Formats: sequence, structure tokens, C-alpha cells
Amino acid sequence: MMDTAFDKNQFLETFAGQEKAFLAGESAWLAPVRRQAIARFGELGLPTTRLESWRYTSVKPLAKRGFRLADVYEPDGLTPSMIRKLAPLQGEGHLLVFVNGSYAEDLSRTDDLPDGVTAMSLAEAISSRREEIEPHLARHAAYEDHAFAAMNTALMQDGACVLVPRGAVVPDPIHIVHVTTASPAAPLMCFPRNLIVAAEGSQVTIVETYTSLGGAASFTNAVTEVVAGDGAVVEHYKVQTEDESSLHIAGASMNVGRNAALTSHVICLGASMCRNDLSVLLASAGGDCTLNGLYVVAGSQHVDNHTVIDHAMPQCSSREIYKGILGGRARGVFDGKVIVRPDAQKTDARQVNNNLLLSDEALVDTKPQLEINADDVKCTHAATIGQLDLDALFYMRSRAIDLMDAKSMLIRGFVYDMLDRIRIPSLRAGLETMLDRKLDFGGRIGEAS
Amino acid sequence: MLQINQLTARVNGKEILRGIDLEVHAGGVHAIMGPNGSGKSTLAHVLAGRETFEVTGGEVRFEGKDLLSMSPEERAWNGVFLAFQYPVEIPGVSTTYMLKAGLNAIRKRQGLEELDALDFLSLIREKSKIVEIDKALLDRSVNDGFSGGEKKRNEIFQMAVLDPKLAILDETDSGLDIDALRVVAAGVEALRNEKRAMLLITHYQRLLNYIVPDRVHVLFGGRIVKSGGRELAHELEKKGYGWIEDEVKAGASVQS
Repeated sequence: MMDTAFDKNQFLETFAGQEKAFLAGESAWLAPVRRQAIARFGELGLPTTRLESWRYTSVKPLAKRGFRLADVYEPDGLTPSMIRKLAPLQGEGHLLVFVNGSYAEDLSRTDDLPDGVTAMSLAEAISSRREEIEPHLARHAAYEDHAFAAMNTALMQDGACVLVPRGAVVPDPIHIVHVTTASPAAPLMCFPRNLIVAAEGSQVTIVETYTSLGGAASFTNAVTEVVAGDGAVVEHYKVQTEDESSLHIAGASMNVGRNAALTSHVICLGASMCRNDLSVLLASAGGDCTLNGLYVVAGSQHVDNHTVIDHAMPQCSSREIYKGILGGRARGVFDGKVIVRPDAQKTDARQVNNNLLLSDEALVDTKPQLEINADDVKCTHAATIGQLDLDALFYMRSRAIDLMDAKSMLIRGFVYDMLDRIRIPSLRAGLETMLDRKLDFGGRIGEAS
Repeated sequence: MLQINQLTARVNGKEILRGIDLEVHAGGVHAIMGPNGSGKSTLAHVLAGRETFEVTGGEVRFEGKDLLSMSPEERAWNGVFLAFQYPVEIPGVSTTYMLKAGLNAIRKRQGLEELDALDFLSLIREKSKIVEIDKALLDRSVNDGFSGGEKKRNEIFQMAVLDPKLAILDETDSGLDIDALRVVAAGVEALRNEKRAMLLITHYQRLLNYIVPDRVHVLFGGRIVKSGGRELAHELEKKGYGWIEDEVKAGASVQS
């Protein structure tokens, strides 16, 4: 217990240091929310592995290092082409860049958005667009029971605010890139916060990328809220390719309206420890959500995906598929909960989690959970953990393909359908390159056994 | 081309092959017949290099080289091909993609240029006619969701593309209806030439109605206990394998 108190202090102190700034100016309306959140965080403390939802993921590395809040961004040599290398953009792209938590206007590009569509710094929007923000900000990402959501809500710095008005269609994806640039000697903490609101009948695609420049040691605690209004079509990508010294803990809360369609893609390649909590509320009848997840980790990386799909209303459907490849001594966790509320008749839910282990020391814990409280529903779930198919390897070798190539073809075959689901060509191509690099490494790990 | 001398092998500690002797020349088509459990498939897999089978003795020379010291892919590079009794499904890897990688690996070892996408496509088009395989099937994951007949056609198609010197066909006829059998057999027959040797491993002689072998060997208890011309296959069809067993038990020397 003493440990927990100690661990949380660096964040409580950070809040105390910022409190004066939080109370100043046009954003002061948010201060009560921040205060409630920090109070809640103080009560919760950092989670220990005694908590069921943190059983397999220890946040001890957070206590071992002291993190400091980065200074506000000043242009200092980062260029748009450097950003492009870190995060593949589609075409010219609409782009919002955040460096160590704060907005980098000189690297961003939002001038050719369709009429009425907003993509801007959330910090600015909190000051200047309160009426549009207040009904949504911190209303979807519940922080009562989640220490890191509370921490982010208290300390949120900046991030993207995307507001798509009724009926508007944004043809090109809006890219949100969060870059950390710290040196291992001076680790930073960042609290990105994004808000996406797609009004009734609108359509938008968002690509949220978390990455680092060089060997940046950092702790990122991000929260994203997504609202898909009635009949809206929202596609959201979250790509996490941070340096392998980073700690990444993120929450995303998505609200799906009547007959709306939400697609979420979560791709985790980086960080030493990555935890994602994704929760989707199917809040009105006829909503539809698709959750695609891909994690590829090696070395001593740890990746933990917790998802909750809450079928609150009737005739909603959900499709979830998460796939993971783990090499070295990597550890993976998948915890997927599907809740069907008493009102949610005619629910159609399917969940799949497949894991491929490339070494004897890699480990994955998978825990699919169905909570069904209605009787006229279709719900299925399946989870697999396997190694490379030896019969398939022999078959390919008998077709003149050498062992290493056969392994990498099998591994690529395993993730191929996940890449196929990525509908942004440049993103798909960029990810393929990153995966190739990572899987060559995986192939060598496989060889060791 | 292929010389097998006193080959013994076991799987899970159990002796399956107990001294195989066999010689096959270029252009020769040999049928290996035998009841279930006689070691037919084991022989096929040992020749292809499957590690789960442990070779405990004897030697195999392929074009003078020590076959048993080679990895499965090295055997393929040298011209050995196994058509599987149970072709493996490989999700996410298409047949064309796999074959292009395999063929180019062979060509590289032969000092030939790699085929580019266009040349490879025209090769695929030409070879797919041999077994009347649907081109669309080849762009799908290897054998994934294929019918039994489609899988066997795919095996022969792959053989046509990789153009091996020695083709081992492990129960290619099993599970095929008569129409599929005709197509597959015609494909094999079309690939028969004076440079290529074939080992046809089969339980029944019906495949041999379409592909007439030069020699027929009967495998029993891990040994070749009888060899003869194609008429031996007919005899087996008529009389079953029981009489072979009787002969072996009677201790008769049946090598001819």
C-alpha cells in the first residue's frame, strides 16, 4: 500500500504544479472536472496486479523512473518530412501534429478541410469552442473506476479536436500524430487527449498515431473520445509505434448512435509496455461496430488489450477480431468483454482472438468474456494460441522454399487478413514495411527453438 | 537416378521401414503398393526429408548425391518433389505466391535468372491447363477451403510448375471420384517423360489403369517383398494383399 501511495505522488505533484494554469483564462470551465478527476485518481492510486483487470500487467515501471512534463512546443528542427517518415500519410492528408503533448502548428496542415469541418488543437477548442466541446469532453471516457483515465482527465494537455457537422463527408483521412522526442536520460510524461465528434449522418476517417523520434523514453497516457452520431460512419485507426523504451497506456471510449457504423483498428508494434482500454457503447438501436486489432511484439515487450463492447440497445451488431504475434520473451494479454443488456434483443456479436507464438518463452493470456442478459441473441467467441504449423513448414520446404522464408511467409499469412482490413493504401503499405522489419526479427527468434 | 540401400527408419520409436532396397532410373515409373501400415507413406516422407521420421540406417543416393544429408528444401532444389496424400492448408499464402518463391529458389540454384511476374503468370497459365485447375483457385490461400479433388489437382499442378526430376506421388488417387481421378491421372501422364522418374505410392491399382508403371513393388512390414511388372498390380487387385502376407509368413523368398 505504501508503494502505491509513493507511485502516485509524482502525478499528484504534477497536478499541483499545473493547477494555477488550469484555473486561468477561457479554459477555466474545465478546472472542476480536472479537480474531480485528480481527487478520484488520488483515491484509486495506481493499479496493482491484485486488481483483476490489471492482473497480467504491472505498472511498476512507472514508479521506477521519474518523469517530467515537457515544455510547450517550440519549432526546433522537426520537419514535415520527418513526420511523414514516422507516420505514413494518405496523399497530402489533413494533419495535426503534437510534440511531447503540445500542438505543433508549423507541422500541421488543416487548410483544405470541407466546409464546416473542424480539426484543431483541443486545448484551443476548450478555450474558444466551449459550447460544442462541453457536452462531450470527459462525458464518454468514464474515470470513476479507471486510474489512468482519471489521471489523463486531470492532466490532459492537448490533442486533436475533430468536429464533423451533420451530413458532412470528409473524403480524406484526418491524421493525428503524437510524437515524443525525449532522450532516455530525461524521460517525459505526456497526456494527449483527443475528441472526435461526428454528427448525424456524417462520415470521417481518423488515424491516430503514437510514435517517437529516436530513442525517446517517455510515458504516454492518452485518452480518446469518439462519438458517432445517428447514422454516422466513423473509421478510427490507432497506430502505436513508439520506441521500445516507452510506456504507453491509453483509453478510448466510443459511443455509437442509432444505425451508426463504427470501425476501430488498433495496431500495436512499439513501446516496452502498452495497455489499451477500448470501450464501445452501442447506445441506440441498429448500431454496428467492428473492432480490428493487431499486435506484434518481440524481445521483452508487453502488450495488453482490454476491450468492452456494451450492447445496450436492440439490433446492434459487433464484430471483433484481434490477432497477435509474439516472439522472444514478449507477453500479450487479450481481455475482451461483450455485454448484452436486458434491452439488447437481436444482438449479433462475434469475437475472435488468435495468437501466434514464435518462441517457447513468449506468452499470452487470452480471456474472452460474454455477459448475456437477453434471450434472443447470437453471440460467439473463440480464442486460439498456437505456434507455427510444422506441417505447413514442411510442405513449403518441400516446395523449395527455405526454412526462414517459409517461416516468414507463414507469419505474414497469419496477419494478412488484418492488413487487408486497412483501407488506407498508404497506411497499409507503411505498416507492411514496419511489420516486415519486425517479423524478420521474429523469424530469427523462431529459429532459436 | 535414385538408389535406396537397406533404408531403415522409425517414427516415435517404432521401426516402420526395415530395410528398403530400390533403384529407379530416369524416365522410370515405379508403383509402390501395399496394405495400410506397410510403410508406404513413411517412405515417401523420408525421401522428402520430413524430420519427424528418424532414419536409423541405410543410404539414399539421388544422382549420386547423399539425399539423406539434405534439408527438405535442398532436396527440392535438387529436383525431388512430393505430392502429399493430405495437402496442407496454408491460410494467408496463395499458391501462386508460394510457387513463385519456390520456383525462383530452384532457378537460383540452377544459375538461372529469376522469373519476373509476367513470365511466371504465363507459365502458370500454361501449366494450369494440364490438370484443368481454375486459375482463381491459385490466387487463394494454399488448399484453404479446397475440395479433396481440388487439393490433388493442385499437387499435380505444383509438380508441373516445379518440374522435378523425381516425383513422389503419395496416394494421389485416394479420395478421388472417377472423373477427378481421370483428370489427375491424365495430368501425371502428361508430365511423364524420359528425364523424369516417378514413384507412385498407392493402395489400389485403379490409378495404374491410367498411368501404366514400368515396375510394381509390394511393400509389406517395412520391406519390399515382391516386385514385378504391371501384371502384379492386377494380381493384387484380384487377390488382395492377404496372399502376400501368407507368402511372407511362409518365409518364401519372393524377391524376383
